[in-house]
Amino acid sequence: MALLEVHDLEVNYGVIRAIKGISFEVNEGEIVTLIGANGAGKTTTMQSTVGLIPKKSGKVIFDGNDITKTPCHKIVHLGMTQVPEGRRIFQELTVYENLLMGAYSTKNKTGFKDDLNKIYERFPRLAERKNQIAGTLSGGEQQMLAMGRAIMSHPKLLMLDEPSMGLSPLLVDQVFEIIKEINKDGTTILLVEQNAGKSLSISDRAYVLENGEIVLTGTGKELSESEMVKKAYLGG
Amino acid sequence: MEFLTILINGLSIGGIYAMIALGYTMVYGIAKMLNFAHGDIIMIAGYTIVLFFPVNPIVGIVAAIVFCAIAGIVIEKVAYKPLRGASPLAVLITAIGVSKLLQSAALIYSKGAIKGVPITTLGAIELFGGNLKIDVITLITIVCSVAIMVALTMFIKRSKTGRAMVAVSEDKGAAQLMGINVNKIITITFIIGSALAAVAGALMIFKPQGVEPTFGAMPGIKAFAAAVIGGIGSIPGAMVGGIVLGFIEAIFGATPLRDYVDAIEFAILIIVLLVKPTGILGKKRREKV
Ligand SMILES: Nc1ncnc2c1ncn2[C@@H]1O[C@H](COP(=O)(O)OP(=O)(O)O)[C@@H](O)[C@H]1O
Ligand SMILES: [Mg+2]
Repeated sequence: MALLEVHDLEVNYGVIRAIKGISFEVNEGEIVTLIGANGAGKTTTMQSTVGLIPKKSGKVIFDGNDITKTPCHKIVHLGMTQVPEGRRIFQELTVYENLLMGAYSTKNKTGFKDDLNKIYERFPRLAERKNQIAGTLSGGEQQMLAMGRAIMSHPKLLMLDEPSMGLSPLLVDQVFEIIKEINKDGTTILLVEQNAGKSLSISDRAYVLENGEIVLTGTGKELSESEMVKKAYLGG
Repeated sequence: MEFLTILINGLSIGGIYAMIALGYTMVYGIAKMLNFAHGDIIMIAGYTIVLFFPVNPIVGIVAAIVFCAIAGIVIEKVAYKPLRGASPLAVLITAIGVSKLLQSAALIYSKGAIKGVPITTLGAIELFGGNLKIDVITLITIVCSVAIMVALTMFIKRSKTGRAMVAVSEDKGAAQLMGINVNKIITITFIIGSALAAVAGALMIFKPQGVEPTFGAMPGIKAFAAAVIGGIGSIPGAMVGGIVLGFIEAIFGATPLRDYVDAIEFAILIIVLLVKPTGILGKKRREKV
């Protein structure tokens, strides 16, 4: 069953047509990736889907609800959130307070302690640094915090916008491992990546975005074997 | 004794500036705008207290806090919310327009007559065998402003809404991704800022000159200077800036330079901005979508 359906989405920045009518869907339990070069429109797609930037036209259905015009904060309460491009953790708050903000939309107070302990188990570095101001963390730690913060809201669908950006190869592997684990725990994933090789290898399905249009779609395996993808995104 | 007098006066004047400056700085931090109508909220508090004083002074103060909070909500919804995302200049001009509108409305309401409360002093107490004389209102002002600043700091640091305010001021987009309703947080910010301005107005009311349409203009502009000196957007900064201005007034008020206090304060504002453009506790911020 499709958890997220996006139909004919168009997004403009003034006169610039950034997204030119794309449709895609994410089924429950899947990992789906949007790959595309810098400027293809991946971030615009993610942010307009979650309600952070306005859509020109199109329709978005999430978990049976039409959320086309729903403001972002309400969408989060419905169970969809995003680790935004550039992580955007709250620099002035501590690691613990960032995780607390992640749980802002949850009602259950006792569940919070359990959730927090799970995050600290999954990311031991965050446990060590829980009282540290988040702005002083390294890039990798900030990415872990951004992911931990997003999981605190128990999303049905977690979107991640270039989580591997700016990280060392070792950390990149770790990030992809964690994404697989989060998915195994029952969270559906929509991933955006320029790192096509790694992301296709963990994806059930993928879409290729070029200049605001979807030019190719298929399973992760199909796309990683496609000549066009190999040439454009896998360096040969 | 001279020193103690200056200390007490400085704290009391500074406490009032700090309470008003908190409104400027919180609104700036969260809505990223300079609310130049903030000073006029003090004037609304003044007229409300004068109106209800004959019923009961406490009722007057409570009514002032409620009226000012409502005024803050209405101003934000009607004048500023439609301009969210507009150019900062448009918002600034609108805020100046709101200020003029409130002052004109006050002029029509008061028909130009100065209104005051029937008493102009709450008396004074004498200490050290009459060597130190302190006005009761001065003591009340110090206690109130310190209590309010402590309470506000705790609220920001410890409550869910307070932390959401910090999150919104740092990154609106990321805050929305936490499920925070940014519009609601902005409304709460206007309510708190206006309520603090109302308390400041109540503490300023016992004066022979009474309330007039520009009652809040000068304290408003000084508190704005205090917020900038402390670092606009920073809550501790507004407190520090307010206290700094309060002490400047108390110190120079005790010298022959007392007629030049306003000029000295604004000169200090300029010097602080030259040395540290972000203010004493201000930080550089990056803007994000
Ligand atoms: N705030 C903006 N204003 C104007 N144009 C923008 C803005 N953000 C992105 N764009 C343009 O929209 C297109 C898609 O950008 P983006 O969605 O960020 O791509 P990607 O995430 O795939 O790198 C690019 O051409 C970019 O220059
Ligand atoms: Mg991007």
